[in-house]
Amino acid sequence: MIEISHVNKWYGPTFQVLKDCTTSVAKGEVVVVCGPSGSGKSTLIKCVNALEPFQEGQIILDGIKVNDPKTDLPKLRARVGMVFQHFELFPHLRIIDNLCLAQEKVLGRSHEEAVAKGNKLLERVGLTVHANKYPAELSGGQQQRVAIARALAMDPIAMLFDEPTSALDPEMISEVLDVMVDLAHEGMTMMVVTHEMGFASKVAHRVIFMDKGEIVEDAQKTDFFGSPRSERAQKFLSKILSH
Amino acid sequence: MFDNLDFDVIRRSLPYLFLDGMSFTLMLTGLSALGGLIFGTLIALMRLSGYKLLGRIAGLYVDFMRSLPLVLVIFWFYFLVPYIGQWLTGASRPIRVGAFTSSLVTFIMFEAAYFSEIMRAGIQSISKGQPAAASALGLTYSQSMRYVVLPQAFRNMLPVLLTQTIVLFQDTSLVYVLSIPDFLGAASKVAQRDGRLVEMYLFAAAVYFVISCVASYGVRRLQARIAIVR
Repeated sequence: MIEISHVNKWYGPTFQVLKDCTTSVAKGEVVVVCGPSGSGKSTLIKCVNALEPFQEGQIILDGIKVNDPKTDLPKLRARVGMVFQHFELFPHLRIIDNLCLAQEKVLGRSHEEAVAKGNKLLERVGLTVHANKYPAELSGGQQQRVAIARALAMDPIAMLFDEPTSALDPEMISEVLDVMVDLAHEGMTMMVVTHEMGFASKVAHRVIFMDKGEIVEDAQKTDFFGSPRSERAQKFLSKILSH
Repeated sequence: MFDNLDFDVIRRSLPYLFLDGMSFTLMLTGLSALGGLIFGTLIALMRLSGYKLLGRIAGLYVDFMRSLPLVLVIFWFYFLVPYIGQWLTGASRPIRVGAFTSSLVTFIMFEAAYFSEIMRAGIQSISKGQPAAASALGLTYSQSMRYVVLPQAFRNMLPVLLTQTIVLFQDTSLVYVLSIPDFLGAASKVAQRDGRLVEMYLFAAAVYFVISCVASYGVRRLQARIAIVR
């Protein structure tokens, strides 16, 4: 489904953020990407739907080459859902309109169709009563659940999560993770940048560990948590699991 | 001191002052603000487009307009527009352009320079995550601008845009150089016809003052309301 091969990316002429990254995500697979901040994990996931350009290598998404100048990027992005650290709901639109905008403008669905789909997804994330509110009236956890619903409204073939819980207060993290766990159990293809190792050990199939722009470790979940091979991954794990 | 003043001249000329003069002033203000906002938004988008040449052209335009006195631009435009029109249409003689059209074009082009800077600040005030989220949903650049970025930029900048429009409302009085009967022009015509300069100019000042003050107060209230919503 997602094939990342030998991706190199530089900011400016000298600073290399991604170094020869190669990995893949199969259909229905849940892959967690972790690593210290500044390791390039968010950048890598943003390369997958071409929100970030890269200079070398290639990424193939469901058979389509992302970094081909001929690729219709908006069309490609419409097929992959993305959830951001800071939710990025559109503050000037009601919740239901946040869910409908792209359905209507990108997929060409009628307003009635879009609203019906939107309401169904709001029910799924347990926020039906908030349909007519504005994003600022919702808590962070609720906003992030709306953001997930908004991405799902496009019937994506895969979902990308960029630190979906890092901006949340601790008591709101689980309500968002619950939605993500359900998604994973339904067989959604997911690539998740997160530090939530509980989530990783519960639903991930594979864990990728990145450091300084490199994929240091790319292992089955049990291998990763059991006995990470690299010293850097061991150190990272001992730090975040010690509390 | 006021013994030999005749304020009745104001009452007698009210219909002319407001039905002709003020309606012209308000129409010129409204249309110029609307046109200036649309044109100014386009200039702002050019400056932020990332295409160096487009940005440079837009920047030069803004600097040029802001470096000239408005009265001179109005004056020049009135004489130039017929020849530009002739050149564009390939007509054999300068096309005839009314004073209203000429002044409207002038104000739109002049205000566009100011509105573009306001809209540019407004667009830049929107966090990068918003267009990124719009792109991630599959919206094209123009859709993302139209449905996500510009509505927010416009809302954030509404108080500033309206304040600029109040300034524009006062600036429209400069069309007197083209002898157009806007509100001030109408007042000045009556003043000179009846020899009542002091009365008419006092009255004109009072009207501009009251309208601008009330409008400014309205903008401040709006600003407070927007701050709460955000």
